[in-house]
Amino acid sequence: MGAKIVFIKDTAVNQDTTQDFYVHFSNILRENALEGKVQVVRVADIGIYGQGLVVKFPEENIIYANVQEKDLKNIVDKTVRDGQVIKELLYQPEPKQLRIVLRNCGEIDPENIDEYIAKDGYRALAKAINDYQPEQVIEELKKSGLRGRGGAGFPTWLKWKLTRETPEAQKYVICNADEGDPGAYMDRGVLEGDPHSVIEGLILAGYAIGASKGYFYVRAEYPLAVERIEKALKQAYDCGFLGKNIFGSSFSFEVDIRLGAGAFVCGEETALIASIEGRRGTPRPRPPYPSVKGLWGKPTAINNVETLANIPPIILKGGAWYASIGTEKSKGTKVFALTGKVKNSGLVEVPMGITLREIVFDIGGGMFSGKGLKAIQTGGPSGGVIPKEYLDTPVDYENLQKLGSIMGSGGMIVMDEDDCMVDIAKFYLGFCVDESCGKCVPCRIGGYQMLNLLNKITESRGELTDLDSLKRIAVAMQKASLCALGQTAANPVVSTIRYFEEEYKDHIVNKKCRSHKCKHLLNYNVIQEKCKRCRVCVINCPVNAIEGDKEKGFFVDPKTCVRCGKCYEVCKFNAIFKE
Amino acid sequence: MIEEKKSMQEEVASLVEKWKDKEGNLIMILHELQNYYGYVPRPAALELSRVLHAPLARIYEVITFYNFFKLEAPGKHTISLCLGTACYLKGSAILLNEIKTLLNIEEGQTTKDGLFQLDVVRCLGCCGLAPVIKIDDKIYGKVQKNQVMGILSEYAEHKPEV
Repeated sequence: MGAKIVFIKDTAVNQDTTQDFYVHFSNILRENALEGKVQVVRVADIGIYGQGLVVKFPEENIIYANVQEKDLKNIVDKTVRDGQVIKELLYQPEPKQLRIVLRNCGEIDPENIDEYIAKDGYRALAKAINDYQPEQVIEELKKSGLRGRGGAGFPTWLKWKLTRETPEAQKYVICNADEGDPGAYMDRGVLEGDPHSVIEGLILAGYAIGASKGYFYVRAEYPLAVERIEKALKQAYDCGFLGKNIFGSSFSFEVDIRLGAGAFVCGEETALIASIEGRRGTPRPRPPYPSVKGLWGKPTAINNVETLANIPPIILKGGAWYASIGTEKSKGTKVFALTGKVKNSGLVEVPMGITLREIVFDIGGGMFSGKGLKAIQTGGPSGGVIPKEYLDTPVDYENLQKLGSIMGSGGMIVMDEDDCMVDIAKFYLGFCVDESCGKCVPCRIGGYQMLNLLNKITESRGELTDLDSLKRIAVAMQKASLCALGQTAANPVVSTIRYFEEEYKDHIVNKKCRSHKCKHLLNYNVIQEKCKRCRVCVINCPVNAIEGDKEKGFFVDPKTCVRCGKCYEVCKFNAIFKE
Repeated sequence: MIEEKKSMQEEVASLVEKWKDKEGNLIMILHELQNYYGYVPRPAALELSRVLHAPLARIYEVITFYNFFKLEAPGKHTISLCLGTACYLKGSAILLNEIKTLLNIEEGQTTKDGLFQLDVVRCLGCCGLAPVIKIDDKIYGKVQKNQVMGILSEYAEHKPEV
């Protein structure tokens, strides 16, 4: 039996003692008469950096990091001789996540302001008020390169600057916590896990803009988040972080909560303003933008929860620090709600520029179902699908847009081969049609017509010209709708046609749904070889579509069959097939 | 009868009190009303119109715009079935059909005995547990079709004690 190979490498940044270590290692092996059992190999790169001396047993995939000379005896005794693992020395891989927004979530008691303060809470506010002019706060944000995390990615500093520069005595800041994207819950995670960081961000926004009043606009569907914000606000008032003359300065700031009432369109800023004013949440044409004419006609800055939670660390550690994370045009981190057919679903926070593959496979643990990944959906009803060929794309605003999706608020839904892209498009479009406020024609009628066409396709009445109609209406909606809801409502359809046109054609021409999702396109029948003639399917069929007798066997009459799938479910012998 | 009418006036007045002088208060007042009554009863809306000096149409345009506000009394137990994306992918549409069949109601309706109300919601914010059914305040995660009957029967057995 040949000797096992052991790789060694000094991975320290500013020295390389691999040679010395090699000599030492070999000596100890010789002393223990084990030199024939392993062969020590010096390597130039071991894939690990800044972890001191690394010893790797490739066969067992045991990796020890930060190994000291005194540990060698132990390694030789236990691992080389007996094959045991020394837990204390095992290499801990760098986590791929980087938590800035979620820094305190799960670390502190969200209902206790003291715990937040102990984690440098409200120190950014003190620093800004004592050391910075409001313009300097905006300057620091400009350096950081932070862009709005609500979806569109507008530079936060610019939004603040424009609001600040509008000459008006009364100004407002609003925290947009109307998280309505189905399949995303980043904001809920932050509000319930660390409400003070969002409040601190909101106060800083008020200071920078020159506003004396702020609002939280929160979904009524998040009662715990509402409760935690209420408590946190009260504590902040009690500690003097809110109210008159904060930290003895001339800056005073009040915050109120307003509840949403289940309207997705209220995430759009002008609709949100209408809703806070107590009206129907319908958007209005922009300009004037809210930074000029917002809440009650006054200049208003509206920021998303995640954006605001980023502000305190930026002020505390400096814009340059934040700008060192991420890609050229997208700085910092992004929180995603990783869900769907992935093993570990949950909130993940990653630096911009990480690839989709790393998020899904390294952090998410790969596919839940064991089936292959088909596509990843980002941006919810305003976004699109990204097929598996683009898994190695670095995630940032520009790249996702190039692929026909958007960053969005952070929903990331993993789909496998069982998911039908036409059905997904129909699902998202159905959502937008439900949630369209009805004010402008392109969104109200365009969405409805597109949904009808998709229904037609999934109900086996589709024609090839329907694809052109879909594309034409989509362009009209994108160009002519009043707000982002209508402008982006067609995105899921457009992007699924872009990448999965074959699948649409399969539905239209061959009347087949490969994923077996569109039930009107399914055909059920009996596999004669497996059928035991037990008649369970015959008894259970609600429309008596299964004919035949025990001698001839049973058959499903496709004309009578309503594709309910009951026979498929009740058959104990898997003798019914669907295609 | 007069007694009852008077009490609703008082109730509405006390619910409005906290928000009376705030700008843009209508939605918050409707939240208060719905918290109290479980829905927005028409007499309460009429009373609100009187107190706020606002036309009834102004109140109803807001109530009917927002999904959250209800115009009819809800059932004893509210079933919220999530049709958010994550739940949808994991088969919540199948659960919806199962509930509809078992209770013989459509979405938004209440069973004849008033025990269950079925609402379809877009995301309860716990996508990690998909598919999710919420009954009153209790969340049931990773629900399978064959578990639905068992979950519903938990509530059917404990008839309201009133």
